[in-house]
Amino acid sequence: MSDIADGFATAARLVVSLDPELIEITLRSLHVTLSATAVASVIGLPLGAWLAITRFPGRRYVIALLNALMGLPPVVVGLIVYIMLSRSGPFGVLGLLFTPTAMIIAQVIIITPLVASVAHQAMRELWADYHDLLISLHASRRQRIATLVWDGRRTLLTAQLAGFGRGIGEVGAIMIVGGNIDNATRVLTSAISLETGRGEFALALALGFILIGLAVVVNLCIHVLSRTEQGSRW
Amino acid sequence: MVNEHNILPLTLREITVKRRGKHILGPVSLTLQGKGISVVVGPNGSGKTTLLRAMHGLDRISAGHKAWAVSDAQAHAAQSFVFQAPIMMRRTVRDNIAYPLVLRGVNRRDARAAADVWAARVGLGSAVLRAATVLSGGEKQKLALARALVTAPQVLFLDEPCANLDGHATQEIEAILHAACADGTRVVMSTHDLGQARRLADEVLFVHAGQVVEILPAAVFFAGPASAQAAAFLNGDLVL
Repeated sequence: MSDIADGFATAARLVVSLDPELIEITLRSLHVTLSATAVASVIGLPLGAWLAITRFPGRRYVIALLNALMGLPPVVVGLIVYIMLSRSGPFGVLGLLFTPTAMIIAQVIIITPLVASVAHQAMRELWADYHDLLISLHASRRQRIATLVWDGRRTLLTAQLAGFGRGIGEVGAIMIVGGNIDNATRVLTSAISLETGRGEFALALALGFILIGLAVVVNLCIHVLSRTEQGSRW
Repeated sequence: MVNEHNILPLTLREITVKRRGKHILGPVSLTLQGKGISVVVGPNGSGKTTLLRAMHGLDRISAGHKAWAVSDAQAHAAQSFVFQAPIMMRRTVRDNIAYPLVLRGVNRRDARAAADVWAARVGLGSAVLRAATVLSGGEKQKLALARALVTAPQVLFLDEPCANLDGHATQEIEAILHAACADGTRVVMSTHDLGQARRLADEVLFVHAGQVVEILPAAVFFAGPASAQAAAFLNGDLVL
C-alpha cells in the first residue's frame, strides 16, 4: 500500500511543481494520440458511414473483418510498422523510424478499425431512420454520407473517444517504433514501462495516475465542448 | 414551376410489387392526371402504402411499366413524399425544411430563408430554431409537409399523414393540403379515415387485396360505389 501512497504523493508533487520533463512527455502523449485520432477519424468515420449505406457482395465479411481488426495486437502492428520504416524496409528512405511520426502511423493503424466499427454501428441506426427520406429526396451517395456524419456527429464522438482511449493507453506499438528515446519519443506509457523496469514504482505509479487523469480530462473537455448531455436525444 | 414541363400524366401499366417473393400489389393499371386531391382508401393491409411508394419510386416494381410524361430524373425532382411516421432529421426545424433545397444545390442562406417562409405558412414560424426531434406529433407532420412543399412539387404523395393526430392537428394539415392543391399541386394521399376522405377527395381510389378496385369521382364513390367490397367498406363492415 505504501507504494500506492508514495505514487499519489509523487504524482501530486510532479503536477504541482509543473515538472518540465513530465510536461514534455505528457504533451508528446497528447500530440501523438490526438494526431492519430484525427487521422483515424478522417478515414474511419466516412468508412463507417459508407459501410452503413452501401450494399455489395461480401459486405458482411468486410464488417466482420473490421470488427476483428479492433482487437489488433499493438505489438504486432508496431513490429510491422518497424519493418516497413526500418532502413532496409520499403519506407526506410523517409527516415521516420524512432520519431513521433512513426508512433502516429502505428496508432492510426490500431485506432482506425475501432473508430470505423463504432461509427458503423451508430450510422447503421441513423440510416435506418433516414433511409426512406433520403431515398425519396434522391440524395447522392456523397450527400447521404455527409448527412449521416453531420447529423450523427454526437454519436460519432463516442467512436472518436474510444479511439483516443485506446491510443493514449497503448504502449506496445509506440515502444517498438518510437524506441522510448528521452527528449524525442518518450511518452507517458513508455515512461511508466521504463520506470517499472527500473524498480521506481512510485514514479511509475505517479505517471500512471497522471495518464488516467489526462484521459478523464480530455473526455470531460470534449463532452463539455460538444454538449453531449444537452439537447436530450441528440 | 412556370417553365417546367408538366410531369403528369403518370401511367401505370400492369405493375406488380413483390417483396421477398410475396405478392403485395397488383397488377395495377391506372393513369394519374388532372388536378385536385386523389384519396386512396381501403382496409388495412390492402396495399395503399405500397401503391403510393411504387408510384413515387420508393418500392421497386417487379413487373409492369411505369412512366411519367417526362424523364424519371425530371419527374423525381418535381414530386415529394410525406411518410406516415414523419422522419425528423436531427437538426433544427429550419434546417429540416431547408434540407431538400440544400441537396439541390441552393445556397444555405436562400434555403433557410425559404424554410422560414414555409415554417410560418404551416404554423411553425416561432419554432424554427427548435430541435425537430422534440416537436409534438402534429408539429412533426406539419414540418414534414413544409419540407415536402418547399421544393414546390407538382405531385405530392402522402401516406396516412393524419394517423395518430388529434382533431386540431388534422384540421391544420387538411388546410395546408387544400392550400397546396389550390396552388396547383396534385395531391395523392392514403387514409383509412373515411371522414377525411369525404372532406378532401376529388377522386377516390379504392384498394383491396393489392388491387385498385375502383377509381371514381368522390361524389360518385360516396353516393354508391360500384363494387360490393367498396360498399361493404363504406358501410363499416369488415372487408375480407
